[in-house]
Amino acid sequence: MKRAESILIPFGAIAAGMIVFGIFCALAGANPLLVYASLWKAGFGSWYSWQNTLVRASPLLLCGLCTSLPARAGIIVIGNEGALVVGGLGAISAGLATLSMPPWFCLVTMGIAAMLCGGLWIAFSVALQHYRGVSAVISGLLLNYLAIAFMNQLIEGPLRDPSSLNNPATYPLTPDHRLAYFSGTHVHHGILFGVIACLIAWILVDRTTFGFSLKISGGNVRTAQLVGLPVGKLVVIAGFLGGACAGLAGMIEVAAVHGRGNESLNAGYGYVGILVAFLSRQSPLGVLVVSVMVGGLLASGGMLQRAHDLPDATITVLQGILFLFILLSDTVYGRFRTRAHINSGVKANAVAV
Amino acid sequence: MRQPPPEIEAVGISKIFGALKVVDDVSLRLAPGTFHALLGENGAGKSTLVKCLMGVYQADAGVVRVDGTPMHAGSPREARRHGIGMVFQHFTLIPSMTVAENLVLARPDLPLIIDWKAEFTRLRDFLKQAPFQVDLESHIANLSAGQKQKVEILKELYLETRFLILDEPTSVLTPQEADEVLGFLRRLVEAGELSVLLITHKFREVMAFCDSVTVLRRGRFAGAGRVTALDPERMAAMMMGEAPEGRRVDKVPAKRGAALLQLHALRAMDDNGLEAVHGIDLTVHEGEIVGIAGVSGNGQKELLEVIAGQRAATSGHITVSGELHLPTRALLRKHRFFVLPEEPLRNAAVPRMSVAENIALRVFDKPPFREAGFLLNRASIVNFGRDMIQKFSVRPPQGDAPIGDLSGGNVQRAILSRELSSGEVRVLVAANPCFGLDFKAVDFIHDRLIETRNRGAAVLLVSEDLDELLEIADRIYVISGGNLVHETTPVDADLAVIGRQMAGSH
Ligand SMILES: Nc1ncnc2c1ncn2[C@@H]1O[C@H](COP(=O)(O)OP(=O)(O)OP(=O)(O)O)[C@@H](O)[C@H]1O
Ligand SMILES: [Mg+2]
Repeated sequence: MKRAESILIPFGAIAAGMIVFGIFCALAGANPLLVYASLWKAGFGSWYSWQNTLVRASPLLLCGLCTSLPARAGIIVIGNEGALVVGGLGAISAGLATLSMPPWFCLVTMGIAAMLCGGLWIAFSVALQHYRGVSAVISGLLLNYLAIAFMNQLIEGPLRDPSSLNNPATYPLTPDHRLAYFSGTHVHHGILFGVIACLIAWILVDRTTFGFSLKISGGNVRTAQLVGLPVGKLVVIAGFLGGACAGLAGMIEVAAVHGRGNESLNAGYGYVGILVAFLSRQSPLGVLVVSVMVGGLLASGGMLQRAHDLPDATITVLQGILFLFILLSDTVYGRFRTRAHINSGVKANAVAV
Repeated sequence: MRQPPPEIEAVGISKIFGALKVVDDVSLRLAPGTFHALLGENGAGKSTLVKCLMGVYQADAGVVRVDGTPMHAGSPREARRHGIGMVFQHFTLIPSMTVAENLVLARPDLPLIIDWKAEFTRLRDFLKQAPFQVDLESHIANLSAGQKQKVEILKELYLETRFLILDEPTSVLTPQEADEVLGFLRRLVEAGELSVLLITHKFREVMAFCDSVTVLRRGRFAGAGRVTALDPERMAAMMMGEAPEGRRVDKVPAKRGAALLQLHALRAMDDNGLEAVHGIDLTVHEGEIVGIAGVSGNGQKELLEVIAGQRAATSGHITVSGELHLPTRALLRKHRFFVLPEEPLRNAAVPRMSVAENIALRVFDKPPFREAGFLLNRASIVNFGRDMIQKFSVRPPQGDAPIGDLSGGNVQRAILSRELSSGEVRVLVAANPCFGLDFKAVDFIHDRLIETRNRGAAVLLVSEDLDELLEIADRIYVISGGNLVHETTPVDADLAVIGRQMAGSH
């Protein structure tokens, strides 16, 4: 019952969101049915669109984890975008510093630096909440702005490649020091990082004593204290792990997609990651599925503009609508259960009569 | 003028949760102006039945009639309109708000803009003729359980409820407080202004205040009658069926050993930053039960939270056998230190997690629950849970239900099984462990506490039930205003002196 509920409700929410989005499109002068068809075609209609979808899914996988891991410990993190940006900056700095080393060494260093930067970023925000009572939502939001300002500082200042004229960027990585692509595709190896991270996260939260401790302190802090769990340490570690994932997403963007650090780091994957985490109800395996779905939506953004003359921001509207419905759908959990029981009860009585 | 109370009639009520028929074809008729008791052991379905009356749950079968007309099922609002109100077993006040705010916000006809000045005048007038006083300005979160319960009852009176359902209102009150509250309600009933349906586990209250009783057993009707025609033995027999007499544990003569649990000049603040515990020194030796008696709100809550690791002491410390004790997992284990706090669902359980998982909270990171250094063995958690559920007769016996769905008494049993399961307890601290338990369960818990003491553990028992302390403690302290003001033993205890000390007039 509960399992059915946890699948039915998110899909119901998405369906409801799509309908409202359809109305929006109709108002904007496009045929909703054709819009749905293009969304599908652009996201999943061909091998080519699948590749686009997967490229977008890789950072989403990692950014989804950035919210869903700390959520296990009862903390709502929305600083994903900031963590991704500082992760990307850490990665490019480490990468440029190790360009003279063999590529594998350079990439590993970039990954570690990115995870450290992103991890510390979110750990800080979570620690503020736990030890000083500053909501992680507020600090996460502010830290996002801080991260973006910091990025602008670096790419326009110390790390700036003088040859990048009106689109300031850092010096580029050399081609052999970038993440490789699966042969014959434009899908890079970053997707592997995301998938592996989701699987590890799943094992961590579901199958380890650490994950169990997280669940306890997320479920009831007072009980966690009673049984002697180090609540502060647990939530900060959960924050660090989540942030490390988002940081790694930044490294992927730098090392696979752009090859340098520039403003495109701040492309909104972090924010969409929050949507992914909520859609998947904070489950790492859910993140795996939902990221691909949402990746498809993102991939179809340009198509909507070209084929239906809808504004570029349409896909953002869709995201907003979906997010709203997902949050709303949270309130109906449990209601179906009693409903179903009532029905089964009525049936039992009818049989008895 | 107040209207007379309605006649309430429930016919053939059934309620099913999952595969479990929790209430099975129960009927009940309450004439206007009666004080009726609903009895039954933990998990018998009492709370569920009254929630169906109140419209919190929609019954799967049956109807509720108010003055002969069927009530639209499943709507607490509708029940309210008919003057039916309920004080729940778990508190429903909003913790972050003040008493006044809670009372006013409960009004169903609340205007869009609240005229607080007028409301306060109304409240003060109302409080003038209320049976007990509370500070309108204090925040609910800072009130003790007893005080919260009084506010819950005041709220119902304030809403002019004419049919009041009380789900174990006295399990968090001292006998004196309970008499005060029930006596007041009794007078309203006799004046023809109120009907009361009281769920309780205390026969004393039934005999003293109620007109008639209905007894449930495992969700079914098990008997009813007028109180004058019944006695506690008969009622107990109806509750339990032909239950075999359990063997009680004897309290062996005290063999007081070395000092084990010691509190050294412990100080702590309440949530408002006022000092609530004023430097308490206390020693509990091996093989003794030390009781702390007192009226709720005298620092017991804060003291217990410090001991449980849920509140930081402002100064002072705790030792076990002379070694510093801190609430870390390593030291809890080393000192074999266990705590049974009050309100177990809030303080000692994770409501969303299953019963079996909750039972494993102390042990999940030790083999065999931990494998290969960091993996969780779910199967062994399930097995362990099943064992404990059986040993401590938790009902229903399925370990995979969320513990938040259990009846109040069964939550307590599940937590007890966790804290007492390992026979190796050295220090046990308990706070009002018998709140809301049926008499069989109370005996069961007292037996476990005595057994633990007989094995040489140090037991600290904070209780608002003086009779409980007189029955099982070896030494008793009285706490008042955050200080231990009096020490005595059950044998030498002078109730008049204790009463005066508890009231703070020393
Ligand atoms: N929401 C729920 N979902 C599933 N089972 C429930 C739910 N509420 C109650 N139950 C089950 O129904 C049974 C009766 O519970 P109820 O709370 O009515 O007992 P009670 O007689 O009030 O006991 P107590 O004296 O311990 O409060 C219990 O076995 C409980 O586990
Ligand atoms: Mg109950």
